[in-house]
Amino acid sequence: MKTINYSTRVALTGMLAAVVLASSVASPAQAQTQVVNVYSARHYGALEKVFAEFTKETGIQVRLSSGSSQALLERLRADGKQTPADLFMVIDAGTLQLAAEEGLLQPVRSEVLDKAVPPELRDPEGRWYALSQRMRTIVYNPAKVKPEEVQDYADLANPKWRGRLCLRPATHIYTISLTASLIATRGAREAERIVRGWVNNRPQFIDSDTRILETIEAGRCDVGITNHYYVGNKLKANANFPVKLVWANQKGAGVHVNITGAGVTAAAPNRDNAIRLLEWLVTKGQGPADTHLPGGNSEFPVNPSAQAPKVLESLVGTGFKIDYATLRQYGKLQADAIKLLERVRYQ
Amino acid sequence: MRQSLTLGRKLAVPSLRSSRLSLSALPATALAGCMALPLVFLASAWLQFDLSTWAHLWETLLPDMLLNTALLVLGVSALTLALGVSLGWLIAHYTFPGANVFKVLLVLPLAVPGYVLGFVFMGLLDYAGPIQTVLRSWLGEHFEVEIRTLVGAIIVLSLVFYPYVYLLSLSAFREQSASQRDAARAMGYSTWQTFWRVALPLARPSIAAGWMLVVMETLTDFAVVRYYNVVTLSEGVVRLWVGQMNREGGLQVASILMTVALAVLLIERFLRRKARYTQLSGQARPIAPTPLRSWRGIAASLYAGLVFTLAFGLPGVQLLLWAIEDVSSAPPGTLDTVFTQYLANTLGFALGAAALVLLVAIPLAWALRQTAQQSSPAVRSVIRLATLGYAVPGAALAVGVLFMLAPLNEPVSALTGGAVLFSGSLIGLFYGYVVRFLAIGLNSVEASLEKVSPSMEMAARSLGARTGRVLRQVYLPLLRGGIASAALLVCVDVLKELPLTMFLRPFGMETLSTWAYMLASESAWVGAATPALAIVALSILPAALLLQRMESLRTSL
Repeated sequence: MKTINYSTRVALTGMLAAVVLASSVASPAQAQTQVVNVYSARHYGALEKVFAEFTKETGIQVRLSSGSSQALLERLRADGKQTPADLFMVIDAGTLQLAAEEGLLQPVRSEVLDKAVPPELRDPEGRWYALSQRMRTIVYNPAKVKPEEVQDYADLANPKWRGRLCLRPATHIYTISLTASLIATRGAREAERIVRGWVNNRPQFIDSDTRILETIEAGRCDVGITNHYYVGNKLKANANFPVKLVWANQKGAGVHVNITGAGVTAAAPNRDNAIRLLEWLVTKGQGPADTHLPGGNSEFPVNPSAQAPKVLESLVGTGFKIDYATLRQYGKLQADAIKLLERVRYQ
Repeated sequence: MRQSLTLGRKLAVPSLRSSRLSLSALPATALAGCMALPLVFLASAWLQFDLSTWAHLWETLLPDMLLNTALLVLGVSALTLALGVSLGWLIAHYTFPGANVFKVLLVLPLAVPGYVLGFVFMGLLDYAGPIQTVLRSWLGEHFEVEIRTLVGAIIVLSLVFYPYVYLLSLSAFREQSASQRDAARAMGYSTWQTFWRVALPLARPSIAAGWMLVVMETLTDFAVVRYYNVVTLSEGVVRLWVGQMNREGGLQVASILMTVALAVLLIERFLRRKARYTQLSGQARPIAPTPLRSWRGIAASLYAGLVFTLAFGLPGVQLLLWAIEDVSSAPPGTLDTVFTQYLANTLGFALGAAALVLLVAIPLAWALRQTAQQSSPAVRSVIRLATLGYAVPGAALAVGVLFMLAPLNEPVSALTGGAVLFSGSLIGLFYGYVVRFLAIGLNSVEASLEKVSPSMEMAARSLGARTGRVLRQVYLPLLRGGIASAALLVCVDVLKELPLTMFLRPFGMETLSTWAYMLASESAWVGAATPALAIVALSILPAALLLQRMESLRTSL
């Protein structure tokens, strides 16, 4: 009998909870607390520290809603004019460009933003700005592979990598945008030849860059493609981490770059706070420390006056070439990239 | 399904106020109609047949999705049936070292959601994981077991779903009487023949009901198959709709997925139509368990122990280790605020959904009772249609609810001055929960309503009791158990639920399940362990209680 009484009480509490929850949605945010709502595709944990700094400094509360870049775009579309989001922050330039072209982001002009973010890393109309840069490049096991063998993405299509290649599945936006940039720099036919070559090598598909590195370390794969900061983060934890990185395509257009970027939504309820956060993220939020947006995740800052994280020094060496020219085409080519990946049966 | 299981206590219920009936059934029918809307909406996607969407799907992913879904369902069915029936048989009819403990322990994997076991196995067992690393050091560099495969997904899902079959076959085997067995033995059947020719056929309806749950849960999973690189229909809905932002494609695959699930349900009902067995009375002599001696007893313990260790023990320990690592490495203060928030959301969703399910289920159960003797098939079939929500896989239902509510966004928000947003609000989420879990609530409440015989009400009334008193003193005490177990079942399901919560939750409202999945899908297993462990801990007690309430589980299917 005891459990029954308890459960009845639980059910009653539930009804009460439902009412409370329902009413809490209906009531708009209280006027006295300043907030900014962010749709964020970043969930590296370190991000919370950046926002905590911002709140400490400005008193503005940052409310996060996470999801994949694509899921957040879909959500923003469904929200329409009623969106609660002020800032749309995703880890893909293509998704930002699509959102901008669909009118979901509003142009923002500000001297601070223009000064902090170089022209190649922002939308000319100010609908989005990059906050950090990440390169998607080739990683390899130096015990089994010479760096000369893996200088370009096209090299991984060589049949000698059959059964030795680790890649991220086609569902992830990183794969889609890398494919889009291959189409942009080399044309659809060449891009398809390269990606088909990867697939013919029977890659091991792993939906985690960290695990790709660990699988190369363990010996199951010898080469792979990951974002550079995963190597950086591994080096932070273990300075002797054995898997090495090559900046791809240095003889061509340069290594594939993508960004964490953000734009103010077209219907932002807290527009001023959103702009303030954006400005803060490209100025005080830039830097090498854990409390900085790029620093916390071993990424490169966008602000030229900010320092890159120390761990990247050994990776950068004497500098390298970055393919900025195609950054704004990922959105336009996204649908083509998805179709290409499906055609070659990339998993 | 449930009629076949409660045949023994179906009672003739004369309608008490037949004159007012057609009117009183109207609100219930409308309510049930609302619950059936997303199903109708998804079904109507078949009408918006778009050849180019279809042609593209057919040329690319659809054949793989269909094939993998079929293989996954077959594999998980075979493995859960093998595990569930053999364990149910062992525990029902034999004693061996630890049998009493295993009886409870073997239910516990129900507390582990697939997307949790899936990532724990990934972290432990893939090439870079500790177990294969050790094995390589013993067996040589070339030893490798590929786990990101269909077989990997089948094993993970089977280990979390076999308890459904186990629970139901256990109770069915226990109900069988010693006289049946003795008769079989007298005819010269061996133990093995008795099992195959008598016990198993008699238990078939129960086992089939458990199997049905397994199939529905398998069809709804999109997370495990994604970890293990298997493109199924559920994964396809998410891939097209969320990954490629292809709404038409997502909707099409969602409607195919729903059709497949409903087809399986109807086929199962059709096959079982003639197979209704009930124990005639409670006076049957129960079978005294046979002790298993020496190596047989040890083998039985080892077998039960192995299944429990794989499905619960090992992942539990690994989660605990990861969670400790997570908690000790997090900056002080950060984890507990986040965690408390997500825990509160999770509990709020679970309790709120349970309350709302009951609010809908009680009037519907009442309407079903009132119309039992009436020839009003319309009312009853609308209500039965509404309970089919349980068979609609979560990702498909999420697509249905979201697309269906989207056109209401603007008018509703204009009407309420922008205060209420339909889709992506608690309204959408709770609507999805109620549609999906209504069957559980309705069947529990209905079963307990049947305990109130009309003569009880008549007796109370002839003694002068008014309606209020009849409800309070006759109905409530008898219904309480059913209501409580319905609430409990819905709570556990919502607690573990992923697709609806993931795709319909409002701005910024993470739950333990969405948080665990989001981190796990990035292979941030250490971070995912804390919320995952919390889900398991919260679900353990209800899972164990299920064993005691086996009867209510059986009737709720």
